[in-house]
Order: sequence, then structure tokens, then C-alpha cells
Amino acid sequence: MSARWPEVPQDFPKAAKVTLQDEQLRANLGHATTAIRAKRGGVVAEVDDWEDLRDEGAAARDRALRALDERLVELEANVQAAGGVVHWAPDKAAAQRIVVDLVAATGSDEVIKVKSLLTDELELNPALADAGIEAHETDLAELIVQLGGDRQSHILVPAIHRNRREIRDIFREHLPGAGDVSDDPAALAEAARRHLRETFLRVPVAISGANAAVAATGTVAVVESEGNGRMCLTLPRTLITVMGIEKVLETWEDLGTILRLLPRSSTGERMNPYTSLWTGVTPGDGPEEFHLVLVDAGRTNALADPVGRDALRCIRCSACLNVCPVYERTGGQAYESIYPGPIGAILTPQLQGLDTAPTLPWASSLCGACYEVCPVKIDIPKILVHLRGRVTAETDASGKGHHAGVERLAMRSVARVMDSRPAYEAAQRAGRLGLSLLQHGNGRPGRLPGLKGWTASRDLPPPEPSFRSWWREREATGGAPSVGGASPVERPAAVGGAGAAGSVPLEVVVHPPGGRPGVVGGPGVVGRPGGAPTDPTRTAGDDA
Amino acid sequence: MSGRDQVLAKVRAALQTAERGAGPDGPRPVPAPGRRTRPDAWDADELADRFAERVDDYRATVVRTGPDGVGAAVAAALADLDPGTVAAPAGLPAAWRPDDALDGSVLRTAELPAVSAVVTACRLAIAETGTIVLDHADDQGPRRLTLVPDRHVCVVRTEQIVDDVDDAFAAMSPADHGPPGPGTPPLTFVSGPSATSDIELQRVEGVHGPRTLVVIVVGPG
Amino acid sequence: MGTRASLLITCLVDTLFPDVGRASVAVLERVGVAVDVPMEQTCCGQMHQNAGHPADATRLMRRTIAAFADAEVVVSPSPSCAAQVVAHYPHLAERTGDAGLLREARDLAARTRDLSTYLVEDLGVEDVGAPAFPHTVTYHPTCHGLRLLGIADRPQRLLRHVPGIDLRDLPDAATCCGFGGTFAVTNADVSTAMMDDKLAAVTSTGAEVLSAADSSCLMHMGGGLQHRHSTVRPLHYAEILAGVRDDDARRSAPTLEVTR
Repeated sequence: MSARWPEVPQDFPKAAKVTLQDEQLRANLGHATTAIRAKRGGVVAEVDDWEDLRDEGAAARDRALRALDERLVELEANVQAAGGVVHWAPDKAAAQRIVVDLVAATGSDEVIKVKSLLTDELELNPALADAGIEAHETDLAELIVQLGGDRQSHILVPAIHRNRREIRDIFREHLPGAGDVSDDPAALAEAARRHLRETFLRVPVAISGANAAVAATGTVAVVESEGNGRMCLTLPRTLITVMGIEKVLETWEDLGTILRLLPRSSTGERMNPYTSLWTGVTPGDGPEEFHLVLVDAGRTNALADPVGRDALRCIRCSACLNVCPVYERTGGQAYESIYPGPIGAILTPQLQGLDTAPTLPWASSLCGACYEVCPVKIDIPKILVHLRGRVTAETDASGKGHHAGVERLAMRSVARVMDSRPAYEAAQRAGRLGLSLLQHGNGRPGRLPGLKGWTASRDLPPPEPSFRSWWREREATGGAPSVGGASPVERPAAVGGAGAAGSVPLEVVVHPPGGRPGVVGGPGVVGRPGGAPTDPTRTAGDDA
Repeated sequence: MSGRDQVLAKVRAALQTAERGAGPDGPRPVPAPGRRTRPDAWDADELADRFAERVDDYRATVVRTGPDGVGAAVAAALADLDPGTVAAPAGLPAAWRPDDALDGSVLRTAELPAVSAVVTACRLAIAETGTIVLDHADDQGPRRLTLVPDRHVCVVRTEQIVDDVDDAFAAMSPADHGPPGPGTPPLTFVSGPSATSDIELQRVEGVHGPRTLVVIVVGPG
Repeated sequence: MGTRASLLITCLVDTLFPDVGRASVAVLERVGVAVDVPMEQTCCGQMHQNAGHPADATRLMRRTIAAFADAEVVVSPSPSCAAQVVAHYPHLAERTGDAGLLREARDLAARTRDLSTYLVEDLGVEDVGAPAFPHTVTYHPTCHGLRLLGIADRPQRLLRHVPGIDLRDLPDAATCCGFGGTFAVTNADVSTAMMDDKLAAVTSTGAEVLSAADSSCLMHMGGGLQHRHSTVRPLHYAEILAGVRDDDARRSAPTLEVTR
């Protein structure tokens, strides 16, 4: 049984501190993400209209989300017209109840499952177990996680944190019939195939997720690689598909667009081995009963946020994880959510409530690599920043939480200083501003609580002449910039050192175009309070 | 209040809230769907070449032949199965059908593990991605038939090859089968043999679906 | 030429890296641009925005918009701060619901660029007549310039024209150095892990100088270099274009480092 996620996650920084120590994890992840980045880059470069395709993917998702109520009602009608049954689950408990009841009604005490993030999010397996129903995960990576009593660490490859030797050991210990299987990935896959074949043929109920559903036709899509999905979708008598309400698409053609974007972004393939599309039930082919469970579970929270709702476009490709420098170093488990990485950092807080994951919006350096690869152009950094604002607004209001109190006051006081030129310049002269900037807004004097001690390498940057004081003196003494570009020969403007003993002034030597380097002129420290000569830099050309 | 009413009410409330929260310009406009057009559409020969090359990339076997060569190509694709039980759907053209093939259209799931290989036609094929698409008509059989046996031999006529995934979707809209209903066929997109990248993201061919895929591309002769 | 540009100097450069500001002025003047420095500018508000304080950021945005109201072209040595104006101001203004502010924010965004873009695209200059810099240099393209402004390799193109320079490719150049403003504080361990990898890449090039366009990222990486007693010296590319004396062996600008 896979381990459950904590009800109340600890801080991302704390969890990351632990996973950062795991050298094996970092090596495994570095190896895997480097490989997948290269593959993705190759197949994306082949598509000459990739950027247009991304725009179209984003638009397809937005069209559906902007009229989500209409699309869901349309989907329901068409699925039912084709012989399916549609159920609606407002939350996790309702979804668990619906699925457990559906399985119980078949009389089976076991189900086979296709990898589904939503069923993990809903903690369906533990709910089934509580009802005496055994769930068999059939995706290789999910099987690895399930057998190892582990937790998922990646959207697409939940066992990405395990290398082949670790997987071999898990199989040898926990997989019936695995014997002394080797660590060759082909041998490990073969062991899983042998183990699951009989299960596929025996179990009469399957549970799947869905990659998308087309409202206009009632068609549901599952994208996969191994064939375990096809087994689950076609062999059992009863199929229960659990789908987040945001996955609906308006038109059949929109599905085509998504299927062009998804495999290249996800596994770095032109197309994944198998994509199954079905509409209701087909007499003589596949399940006799088809249930579609539409789940909200927090999606409408995100939908109500005009900025945050773009996260609902996500098609779960995991490209953002594979390029994220934070994810690559911490691994997925540090995010303590079924959705890790950049998309998890914006999705989890919105689905579960900001208070349950208040540190996730900060789990990013905002480098933007995620946005660059997102096939549906979710501006993840923008949403991260937006959610940070929402978290601080909430903690402001309650006075509790990670970003309340001292930090808030410090930020506000820095803003007040910055919003007044006299205050800003006074703070510059006093050297206080430098410290604030070095601490980048965390503004607390001295050590920062909870950290090992970020310090300026020089204890406190001295009140060296600011750029503006230099500029002001230059202007005042007539060294105004030359225009005309004739040949402004300039004397060196020596830049004052930071004041540490023995520091060597850095000379900025300015040369005319085509002029010879090495223009002479002694260092003059400019505008330094109580300091060396004030000899404003001038443009020699001006004097001519 | 039913679950359905609750979900729909929350969706509607959320859409209104977001609308109100939009900036001075109102909600960002969503562009209408616009089909991209490929400036340099390929001719039939280029399509077939591209398709064959891309199927081969998946480590599937590709055989190219003329209309008269299909029977021999099918036999060659099955030659090493000895003894082997071969099935074919009822609607497969007689010339493509191995002599001793079982009628795959009527085989039940429990009988399929004994079948070593299956020979089918397809609905269409996609050059850009090296994909065959099955709509499980009479010449392809039900979904289980091309799933459980370990070898799938699929015959593709070059005129069935379309350019890209978009074109495939345009060519086989469920609307062609009338309004949504039980008559809408399922579709299976197959791109190479079954595979997994779940171990160190290294691709391994052959997991639960057929481990061997043979695609016979039949030219116009 | 009559070309004029107003310098968005940024609070960080103004206060801690005045030499980068002077170098920017020197380079611009050398290519014939009349430089103006609106003195009412302070901070663009990026720090507040990214820390989750949009109201403070909006206040500073209003101030910056007013300070540059008369500027024809706004040029900044920092792509990150230029990106705040270009990419984030319109969004920040939109969230206030104030249509006038949104108009002004978009107007300023359209007039703002980073130094390299201004030189290479607006002025069409790649050779700014820099003095010789006979050193090995590796260049780290900082994230916001790369991804929010799309400045591509413009700084490197400028550097390639510096006589004597030996510009070496940085492995995994486009990967973040781990600074990320508040990120370096709120997630210090992850930030440090990212910086470790970045500095290993820097060291692998054998370069004497690590250059970049954002002083903040250089401050972060410089701290790491100093912590490991590296002789690699961080320099803003404008400083190289302006001319830095060879014998200035030691770096005097502030750096950040983590002490363990």
C-alpha cells in the first residue's frame, strides 16, 4: 500500500532540507531529468509551429474552462446518450463514497487501476481498502511505489526517485514471482508483465483516470505507454473513470491539439504508444458498464481566481518538473503533495486551500523555465507571485502564519523608505539600505530566524558613495554628459571600494571609440562622505 | 442538493467571481479555434516514407510492399511462430488473411492468451508520429483482439496515411457516426510496441500490450 | 545623434554597485547617447512583488511610472528590474482595477529595455569600442533577462567585440543560479544547492571572470565564490565594456554568502 500524504504538510524548506541530503536521490533525478529534457527538446524542435500549437492548446483549455458549467452538462448528456452513467462528486469524501459503492455493487473485492493522479489525490486506494476492496496498481511506476510502501515523486514517473538497483531490490522482496530478477529495466518490466497478466484477465472492475473528455461527443481519452491502460479500459466488465471537472474540452478538434502537445512535452515522444478514446459503451467490445465520476475537490476554488485559474489548464505532462532547478535538487517528495514541482506549487495550494500549503508558492526561484516549456502556456511564475500575495494577505488578516509579523513589518518599512526620495537617500547614506537590500527585503537586523545565518560577507556594507551621489556631483560640476559622440575621452572614474581594509579601488576606465586602452588617471573616490577627494568624473571631451 | 447541483452551482459561482475579479480590460479574450495549415503538405510518397521512418523509430518492424505482396509479407511476419495460433478479424481482406487464422471477432477474452499473433487492417495512419489508428471495425476486430496477443501485424494502405494528428482527427470525427450514442466506435492510437520509461526514464519496449508490432505498408502497386 | 536615454539605475546598483551604474553611463555616452538619471526613482518594487506584497509593489510602481513620465527611452543595466517594468507592471496595474494606471504601466513598459537590448537592437551597436580585456570570461545569462525579456545572447554579442577577451561557454548556462530574490532567504538550502551546481559549472570553464547582467545574481554567486576562496571574479558585463583595469585583482563590491 502506498504511503499517504500528511494531512498537514511541514514546510517545503524543512522537507527540502532533508531530501537535499539524499545524494542518491539527487543523482537519480539529475540523470533522469537531464535525459528527458534532451528528448523533449529534440521532438519539440521538429514541430515548426510549436509556439502556435501552444497558443492553441492554451486557448482550447481556456474555452472549456470559461464555460465549464455548460461543457460539463453537455458532456454528461453525451456520455449518457452513449450508454454511460455520470456521477458528480463535490469533494473527496463524496468521490470515495461513489467509487466504493460502485465497486461494491459489482460484488468484486478487487479492482485493477490505471495510473491516475486524481485517484491518488482522492486517496481512493485507502478508502477502497477500508471497504475491503483491494486495488491493484498496474502502471509500472505506480507498482514500484505501491510495492515499496513509498510515495510518488513525479507526475508522470512516480518512481523517478528510484534507480534500477533500488527497483530490483523492491521487486525481489515484494513482487510475487520476481525471484532473483536482475536490474536490467527490460527484465524488471518483464517481471511486472508476468505478475500482472493473470490479474488483468481475472479482475472484473477497473478504475481509471482520464486525460481529457470531449463535451461535444462524450468521448473520454486515456494516454499511456505500457498497455496496462488498454487492459483496464477494455477487459473488465465494469469501468469506473474518475475525472477532474477541469479536464473537459469543448470540441473533438481540441482533443487533437492536446494530443499533439502532450506526448512531446511529457515523455519526449512524438506520440505515446497507446491512446484510447471511447464513447460510452460499445456492444461486444469492452466494458458493459461505464461510469464517469466528475470530481470538483477544490477545482472551483481555483476557477474563482482570475489569475490562479490558469493552473487548471494543466494537462499533467510534467515538463515543468523536468526543467525545474528546484525540483531537480529536492525531488518531488519535498512538496508533500501528489502534484510536485512548479505545477504542484500552484495547484496544491489552490486545490487544498492556501493554509494547508503556505510555503509552496515560495518554493521557486521564479526563473521561468517552467513557463517556457508549458504546452498550455501556464504562466507559473506569475501565479506563484499572485499566490504569495494571497497568502500574505491571509496572514496579514489573521496575524498568523509564515509571513505575518516581523517580515511583514520589515517589508512595509522598506516600502515606506523606498517610496520617499529623502528617506531613501538618507537610508543610503546611513548604510541601512544596503543591509536591507542584501537581505532582500527580509529586513531584519542581524541573523534571520530559522536560517543558518545569511550574512553579508562584509558585515555591513559601508555607506560608500551611491551612484546617485556621484551622478549628482558630476552634474553639479558641469561634467554633464557629452552628446554628439565625437570622441568623448574620459578620465577614469575610480569606484570606491566597499571600505574593507585594504580593498583596492576598482577603476572604470573609459575610452573613446577606437581609443587606446590604459588611459591614465589616478583613482579618485567620488562623493564619499568624509572620504577621499571629491573629483567628479568628467568627460574630458567636454572640455575640448 | 444533489452532488450534481452542488458542483454546477460552485462552477457557476466561481465563473462569476473570476469575471468580477478581472482587470479593467475584463477577462482575457480567448482566441477562437483556428486550424493551423501546414505550408508544405507532403505528397503520398513522402507521407509513406515519413510514416515508415517514424514507425521504425519506435522499434517496430516496417515492411513495404505492393498490393500483391501483402499475403507474403504477412506470412513472413508470422514465420517464426511455430507452432503459433494466429487470429484475424472476420472482415480482413481474404488476400491478407493467413490460411489457418482463427476468427478473432468472436474470440472471448479468456481465449485470447492462447493466441500468439493477430493480423488486422487499420482505420488510418499518421505520418508525422508513426501512428496507426484502429476504429475496431470488422477488419480490425474488438479492442481486446489487438491487445492480448503478443504480436500485432497491421496492414496500412498508403492512401490511408494522413499528415499529422490534426488531420487524423479531422478525418474521423465521431459526428460522422451520427449524434453521440452507442454507435460511436472506440479508437485506439498505436505508436510502436508497448513500452515503458518508468525506470530511469529509459525506454524499454514490450510491457503489457503487444511486444512486437509489424506494420506492412502497402503501396499503390 | 541627439539620442537620449533615461537610466533606470535600480536601487541595488545605486546603493551597492555604483561602479555598474558608472560603467553603464560610460558605455552609453561612448556610443553617443545623452544619459539622464531621474532622481525621483528609488526601487521598482520587484522585491515586494515577489515577496508577496503587491500593495507595496504597486506603490513603488506608481512612483517609478511618475519618475519616468517624461523619459523617451528607459534603459536599465539590470534585465531583472527592466523585466519588472516590462513584464510585471501591466499585470500589477491590472490587478488594481485602475484603467489609467494600466495605461501608464503599459506605456512605460513599451519604453523600457535593458542595456544590451538598447545597444544592440535600438542603436544597432555591437562594438561599443571597449578597451582590451585580455581575460577568460564566462557569462551566465540571468533568468529574467533570458525568459521575461528575451534578451537572448545580446550581452555576449557585446562582449565578443571586446579586444582580447576569451569568452568561454558556460555549461548548463540557462539554469538558474539559485538567487531568486527572497528565494535565497526563504529557501536557503535549495538556493545553495543550485548555486553549488552553478559554481561548479563556472569553475569547469577555467574562466577568470564570471560575468552576468544582474548585479543581484552576481552578488549571490560572488558570495559563493568568495566562500570557497575562488579567484574567479564576478563582473557585470557593462563593467567589462566600460573598461576595468587588469591589475584590479580583488573585487570590492559586496557579495552574499551563506555561512554554515
